[in-house]
Amino acid sequence: MIPALFFLAAAATLAGALGVVLARNPVHAALFLVQTLIAVAVLFLLQDAELVAAVQVIVYASAIVVLFLFVIMLLGVDRAESMEDRVPSQRPAAIALGIILLVELLVLAGHEWATGQPTASGVPLEGGGFGGNVERVARVLFTDFLWAFEITSVLLVIAVVGAVVLARRSGQKGAPIDAAEVADAADATDGDDAGAAEEARV
Amino acid sequence: MNASDILDYLGIIPLLPLAGAVILLLAGRRIGEPRAGWLATGMMALAFLGSLVALFALLSLPAEGRLQVNQVFTWLPAGTFSVGMGTQADPLSVTWLLLVTGVGLLIHLYSIGYMHGDPLFSRFFAYLNLFAASMLILVVADNLLMTFLGWEGVGLCSYLLISFWYRRNDAANAGKKAFVTNRVGDVGFLLAMFLIIATYGTLEYTAMAPAAEIISAGTATAIALLLMVGAMGKSAQLPLHLWLTDAMEGPTPVSALIHAATMVTAGVFLMCRAYPFLEVSHDASVVIMWIGAITALLAGTVAIVQPDIKRALAYSTISQLGYMFLAIGVGGYEAAVFMVLCHAFYKGCLFLGAGSVIHGNGDNQDMRIMGRYRKFLPVTAFAMVIAWLAIAGIPPFAGFWAKDEILVEAYAHGDYGVWIVGTAAALLTAVYMTRLIFLTFFGNARFEGADAALAVPVVSGGSDEGDPAVATAHGPHGSDGHDGDEDPFEDHPTVVFGEPPRPGRLHGHRPHESPVLMLVPIVVLAGLSAVGGLLNLPFGKLDFLHQFLEPVFEGAKGVKATTAQKLTAEGLSVLMALIGVSIALLVYRRGLRSPDRDPLVDRLRPVSTLTGSAYYWDAGVTRFVGGPGERGASWLNRVFDARIVDGAVNGTAWLFQRAGRAASRVQDGYVRRYALGILLGTVAVVCFVLLWAGR
Amino acid sequence: MTLAALEITSSYYLVLAAMVFTIGAVGVLTRRNVLVMFMCVELMLNAVNLSFVAFARALDDVTGQVIVFFVLVVAAAEVAVGLAIIVAIFRRRRHATADDLLALRG
Repeated sequence: MIPALFFLAAAATLAGALGVVLARNPVHAALFLVQTLIAVAVLFLLQDAELVAAVQVIVYASAIVVLFLFVIMLLGVDRAESMEDRVPSQRPAAIALGIILLVELLVLAGHEWATGQPTASGVPLEGGGFGGNVERVARVLFTDFLWAFEITSVLLVIAVVGAVVLARRSGQKGAPIDAAEVADAADATDGDDAGAAEEARV
Repeated sequence: MNASDILDYLGIIPLLPLAGAVILLLAGRRIGEPRAGWLATGMMALAFLGSLVALFALLSLPAEGRLQVNQVFTWLPAGTFSVGMGTQADPLSVTWLLLVTGVGLLIHLYSIGYMHGDPLFSRFFAYLNLFAASMLILVVADNLLMTFLGWEGVGLCSYLLISFWYRRNDAANAGKKAFVTNRVGDVGFLLAMFLIIATYGTLEYTAMAPAAEIISAGTATAIALLLMVGAMGKSAQLPLHLWLTDAMEGPTPVSALIHAATMVTAGVFLMCRAYPFLEVSHDASVVIMWIGAITALLAGTVAIVQPDIKRALAYSTISQLGYMFLAIGVGGYEAAVFMVLCHAFYKGCLFLGAGSVIHGNGDNQDMRIMGRYRKFLPVTAFAMVIAWLAIAGIPPFAGFWAKDEILVEAYAHGDYGVWIVGTAAALLTAVYMTRLIFLTFFGNARFEGADAALAVPVVSGGSDEGDPAVATAHGPHGSDGHDGDEDPFEDHPTVVFGEPPRPGRLHGHRPHESPVLMLVPIVVLAGLSAVGGLLNLPFGKLDFLHQFLEPVFEGAKGVKATTAQKLTAEGLSVLMALIGVSIALLVYRRGLRSPDRDPLVDRLRPVSTLTGSAYYWDAGVTRFVGGPGERGASWLNRVFDARIVDGAVNGTAWLFQRAGRAASRVQDGYVRRYALGILLGTVAVVCFVLLWAGR
Repeated sequence: MTLAALEITSSYYLVLAAMVFTIGAVGVLTRRNVLVMFMCVELMLNAVNLSFVAFARALDDVTGQVIVFFVLVVAAAEVAVGLAIIVAIFRRRRHATADDLLALRG
């Protein structure tokens, strides 16, 4: 059962990943990304990482990908991208390097690691009287990683502020994203004329 | 606090005038006259008080324990070698502290009067304070590099002060000359420091005294002579004495500060600090001794025919400094320090007095058109007569004790050659000083309008306030150059030998006495030059200075003179002084028959032409530097600098430019190209891990 | 050996992670649409997450899963800022193609 599930999920992951890279339309790429993310979540479940699997679905597959799709639609870049490359010899070089990297990583994956030790205060995945997976993760997160946890909150605040500052239109001081903004963005998708008009306004 | 705790705070003393300088440089214009002057003077007064406290703290310690080094912080750590910022409190540094702050204080006070009305009044005091601060840093330093810091600071300030009236071409050039000449000496100082670092691995003074026994005589000779090159530059010894006479272009208080109290004594201080090397190296001692003796003699011969009052004093200073180096060369360090102190008193008095004369007679410096000024500047005349007796070596004034101790040391040391030269120089000293005093204050009056001025009955026994008749005649400040009606930058160059006398600028007024503010320092210094000998009487236990300084020069093999030797040397020296005074009196008792006929100059021709022109050394150097020197330098500039140095620099730049241009092709602006680079790096790192690190 | 009897060790997951990572990396290098490049970055991050979870399992230590949380947080922050940048660029340039942003050309 488990091996079958693994191969199924692995195949879905790889197919999704290839789909992201190969799909011409960004919307399709985003949907392939969802496929990969959910398949990875299954793989997490197979490895007793229930909480991470749940978060993967909720945060990644839902929130982040929706954000992607939202931006794609907002900006109107859902057109197929031509696959020819202007940067000389970029694609062959990338593929060649990718193959080398893959080979290297595969060798690494089968490598014996000298430092294969659990952390000093590690909580095992099962047993030891720590309760379920959520409790185990929480125990480590709020003890050993408390400081890092607090710092990530700062990081998130900075990201939010940064995103607001960047996305705000220049000249509109502190104006929130409102209907006009969305309308502007919608105009932009309508065609070159409206875009030019807006450009002039900006 | 006990005494040694107090001495740990010695570093505050240089910081006081430094603070004054900073305040005045930042806000001097706003502080204005005369408060800027009082601020600077106040800082010096505080520093002087601090020095007194340091003296008493030092005296309360036992004689052997009078050495307190306080490392404040590490200044330049460089591997195993490091230089600190610290203070060294010992009798030598405290003596110099008192000298610099004490005489400096008087000169500051005097300057308030002298610089009255100058548009750059506050800047002048900022420079004065900075000068004092540099000198104090030089003195309190516990290592050579910190001394060098002060040394360079002093050099900088001398440049700033000499060319203070920078719009006058002569002043600007004189400042540059002083600066450049000092740099020549500094090269010696620097090389000496490098050699000391290579030998000892440290620059601290305390490390040198014991270590001198370790090094070879050759190294010690090299170090001592290189330090002497530095001292030559700063203390105006042959052949680097050129700058000092030109330094007369600066305001007169500067001349006093540079010549009497501070800058020129820095070289003596340095050689005193370097005495361990001299003790090891006999050769270096002999060289220094002879440099000093020859300087003393030659400068004396130049001084006797100078027509300019300040130039005569300048050559006199060079000559007196020669005595100090003579003393150091024969191992009489205490005698050299004693001479420094006494010289500061009487030469300070003479320079400030000369400033008072110049101030009082329309910025005229030519003695040939002075004469009989005792009628008009009675206080100045009185003070300068005392200083004259002191410098001429007439007992019991200060100069006698100082000079004679040096001559006794030389005699007792067995260096009869330098002793004879020194005694001859003593004769010259008496001659030129008597000539200066009599040309200025006695004899016939030769200034313009002298007949009319003297016809008016003069109220005799002038007071400190100056001559009331003068005061009523044309106001308290007469026609001096600082009243605002004349441009202070106006040319009033020094008078060089051979130049005919020019008409004075009294504009029909009479010379007048200076304000009290200027007279007080003169009188104080005159008093000190009268009694300065008490510091170090050569009788029994009365040689206080000697006892005080003895622990500093531990292990110096001084020679104890016998009474017979003392009597011989001193007797001869006094005899010489008396002969010198008599000769000059015979010649100049009645002044000059005519301003353009100096009997001594006329009678000694052509020797006087030679000596008056300072043996053409200055002119020769000028010609060499201006002729072949300049051609050589421009050749170097054309060929070596333009082609090789610039070529190397430009070539390097060209190389990097080309390399950069080639490398910039990589930066083609495609983000994905950069990402490719990252991936390449990743592949390489993983490859490295697999092949080497993973094992 | 039947499929059911096969034991899925950590190496399987690591091989899978390596493949996904490589696909993502090649995608970043070959795609020109900035948004798609972003998605490829997410792929690479997921590959890393997968290997973290695999290591957690292999070492029987939950810390590996905690690290995944942090990666998630960073990814979320990165997407927020990155997309904001894309929006800002789009406003000025009317496209989202990486190759047209050549201001860094040397």
